[in-house]
Amino acid sequence: MSDLLFQWLRIAAPYLCAAAGGVLSERAGIIALTLEGYLLAGAFGAALGALATDGPWLGVAAGIGAATAVAALHAAATLRFRADQVVTGVALNLLVDGATTFVLRRVYDSSANSPRVEGFGSGGDLGSPVGWLALLALPALWWLLARTRFGLRVRAVGEAPEAATTAGISVARVRWLAVLGSGALAGLGGAFLALDQHKFSTGMTAGRGFIALAAVIFGRWDPLRTAGACLLFAAAETLQIRLQGTAAIPSQFTEMIPYALTIVALATLAGRAAAPAALGKAES
Amino acid sequence: MRNVVVFVAILLAAHLAMLALGPGDAGASGEGVRVGVVFDVGGRGDKSFNDGAWQGADQARRDLGARVRFIEPGEGTDREAGLRLLAAEGMDLVVGVGFIFTDDLLQLAAEYPDTRFAGVDFAVPTDSLGRPRPLPPNLVALKFREEEGSFLVGALAALAGGSRTVGFVGGMESPLIRKFEAGYAAGVKHVCPSCEVLSAYAGVTPAAFRNPGKGKELALSQYGRGARVIYHASGSTGLGVFEAARAVRGLAIGVDADQYPEAPGFVLTSMVKGIDAAVFDAIRRVRDGTFAGGVRQFGLAERGVGFVDDANNRALIPDPVRRRLAALRDSIIAGRIVVPST
Repeated sequence: MSDLLFQWLRIAAPYLCAAAGGVLSERAGIIALTLEGYLLAGAFGAALGALATDGPWLGVAAGIGAATAVAALHAAATLRFRADQVVTGVALNLLVDGATTFVLRRVYDSSANSPRVEGFGSGGDLGSPVGWLALLALPALWWLLARTRFGLRVRAVGEAPEAATTAGISVARVRWLAVLGSGALAGLGGAFLALDQHKFSTGMTAGRGFIALAAVIFGRWDPLRTAGACLLFAAAETLQIRLQGTAAIPSQFTEMIPYALTIVALATLAGRAAAPAALGKAES
Repeated sequence: MRNVVVFVAILLAAHLAMLALGPGDAGASGEGVRVGVVFDVGGRGDKSFNDGAWQGADQARRDLGARVRFIEPGEGTDREAGLRLLAAEGMDLVVGVGFIFTDDLLQLAAEYPDTRFAGVDFAVPTDSLGRPRPLPPNLVALKFREEEGSFLVGALAALAGGSRTVGFVGGMESPLIRKFEAGYAAGVKHVCPSCEVLSAYAGVTPAAFRNPGKGKELALSQYGRGARVIYHASGSTGLGVFEAARAVRGLAIGVDADQYPEAPGFVLTSMVKGIDAAVFDAIRRVRDGTFAGGVRQFGLAERGVGFVDDANNRALIPDPVRRRLAALRDSIIAGRIVVPST
């Protein structure tokens, strides 16, 4: 039984980190289509960092750094150059996929995977200590958004940037910080993936960033509800793993659960102001 | 708005540059057969079937003086463009590596009747009654009887694993991967009718071949339910299966190439496909003028599939088991055992 519990949490860990990044970014008004790229960059940085330094925590730091660097590109494109957020997001995801494979081949002469990283050894039931941080990501973000001055500003620039400007808040500065923080949080999830697998392999995030984005929408941009959505999606996946070959639930069905629920959430929320009002709109 | 366009253009250009700047094709100049090879996703260095095709073409370059040009399409780019480029350049033989090229090869073979095409793992189309359609005379499908090799490693898993439960982890649910599973399960049941085979797939999209996290959890689940040996046919998702084998000190069986280096001591064997030999053979036939369209099957008899038994894993395979496997192999080649492929 505890096997099942920890498997559930291990599967949820990358979703929780990436979704935390998604909530932070979107609450500030920047569409988080780049979560997949942040995760992949985080995994890549963590594996290479841990290989280069022999230290798993330095690897985690490198993963966070790599993902934050990608986030900085996103912020520069959308905030400095006012690029379309969706187009930039798609381009960055492609860029990270190509760049990680390219560096992997140049450094390790393989397009498939990096050498093995010792990392946190067996890592315990949660895969690695990073797993515990992942569980804390969304509660911590809830506290940040609900209880701190910075959190209030993030919500302000996401809902009413003009009003925030009038109140003397630098919208661009708050959004920059939110996007960088978004990259850092998602990068932590990527580091978890790489250290749990003891290596980086190309495309290893396999769409987890998009499932996390679905969780953000299903959780209505609220950190705690989003955490619930991540745990729900992970529970469906855990059950699917346990029931494969024995039960009559086709795996196609369990795979579509996150997306189906997201569509249901979007449809039923129509007409209600759920998304941050300024989401995706360039600052005028 | 101009800034937007410039920025996105820079990003896309950087992306394309990264893809294109990979290790280039080594000189397609001089005499000899002109061969173009288009890789599947992953490309050179995947330590699996792309590398197998590369080895075959490289051997043809050394032994036959073939002039080989390689193209690696990136993620999400138009694969057909690579094949079309090579065909338009007037190559003698264009090779598409991976079943993903099936439709493109059929189309191009009709458009370029003077160019010969070869498809590794080509999925021969069938008509409404399930009969294979004839291929154009300038297209050869290089297919492997994966079920035969999988049968042998299934028998090995049941005989040498020390458990009545064995596992299988597949990548994307598809007829190709079902073939591995069917042969494996048949091999298990042949030597141990009461054994149970746990089967799981990582997903229903191509991403299921690149999801080691899912592979590890699927494998941990199967080890937890009593499996001692797990066979994977799942691309880099299988890297997670090897990690799970390490974690619980169980055994895993690799696929396509010898995967012993992924987890030394925890790899029972690997079911290997002779993609290098098949590609080399296709190039040699073009040079000798004996190229013929149609389906070419590589099974145990042609040494197109098999399993690894070398210094690394010899200690894991007891001698009586080795003799039993040799007998099974002979029975399959002689047709006394017919291995199911679905």
